[in-house]
Amino acid sequence: MSAGFLAASGDTFTPPGPGDFNLPPVGPDKTFTFLGQEMYLGVTKPMLQIVIFAGLAFAFLYLASRHRAMVPGKLQYVGEASYGFVRNSLGRDIIGSHDFMRFVPYLVTIFFLLLFNNWAATIPFIQFPTFSRTGLVYGLAAISWLIYNYVGIKKHGLLGYIKLQCVPSGVTGPILVLIVPLEFFSNLVVRPVTLALRLFCNMFAGHLLLILFALGGEYLLLHGSLLVKPVGILAWVLFIAVAFLELLIQFLQAYVFTLLNAMYIAGAVADEH
Amino acid sequence: MDGNLNMIGYGLAAIGPGIGIGLIFAAYINGVARQPEAQSRLQTIAILGFALAEALAIIGIALAFVL
Repeated sequence: MSAGFLAASGDTFTPPGPGDFNLPPVGPDKTFTFLGQEMYLGVTKPMLQIVIFAGLAFAFLYLASRHRAMVPGKLQYVGEASYGFVRNSLGRDIIGSHDFMRFVPYLVTIFFLLLFNNWAATIPFIQFPTFSRTGLVYGLAAISWLIYNYVGIKKHGLLGYIKLQCVPSGVTGPILVLIVPLEFFSNLVVRPVTLALRLFCNMFAGHLLLILFALGGEYLLLHGSLLVKPVGILAWVLFIAVAFLELLIQFLQAYVFTLLNAMYIAGAVADEH
Repeated sequence: MDGNLNMIGYGLAAIGPGIGIGLIFAAYINGVARQPEAQSRLQTIAILGFALAEALAIIGIALAFVL
């Protein structure tokens, strides 16, 4: 039905797809072939963004902690509150007050890196979520995987650590034949993949939704017949509403990624029961 | 009207995580209503459960584009 309305005015609507995330490089436009795919050779927008926003996160934390006044100013207050949020609710409450301070630098770094890069997707004229490229999230997940396995092996030894991760406490008998491979697969193999995919897909899907509302609204408004033009305006209103929802999701994903990192570390350094 | 059967599949697949997330937050709200001082403790657990249930929907949307 809607196709009939739209077809009245000529050119067709091409819906956004994964190709919209394939931005050309900033510099010279060279390509090479890798595993049968054409790849750009050069610095692309997500690469620039991750460097710039890592710098901004550093600048924010540095400026907020520079003076360390007894009565904090506004910037110091925001810095201390956000640092305290990560340290207390993500570090101390989950890893436990015994040895959480070792991991707080990592957790704070990863939280602010993700938060600044995710919010880049909402800043006008930048509007591209850095972590909607899989290469970057796989890197982060690999770091997380190395860290929690390293601290676990260091504390329990290789065999003790594998036993801790694969044999849930209190399980005995023949059911272990079923449980051990499952736990091994889920705790040591699939974890980094789901960790990476969760962040990537949230950023990817959110950005795709925004592109869809923006392009669809534009198409309905400019190329649709008179009856569907108001729908185009509705699509733009929804675009703004979804953009605000995205702000929440972007924060939540930074929080969840750090939370899961903390939980994995807590599971790796936990004492056997 | 043309489209991709993958998207219908994804729509069906998203029902499960949708119900799951609803149940998680229903339990969270119930818990906070019964015992408001436990909120900070429940919140972490609720968001963790939400993230794990949502992972299924997220993997679904990835596969809807890939397959």
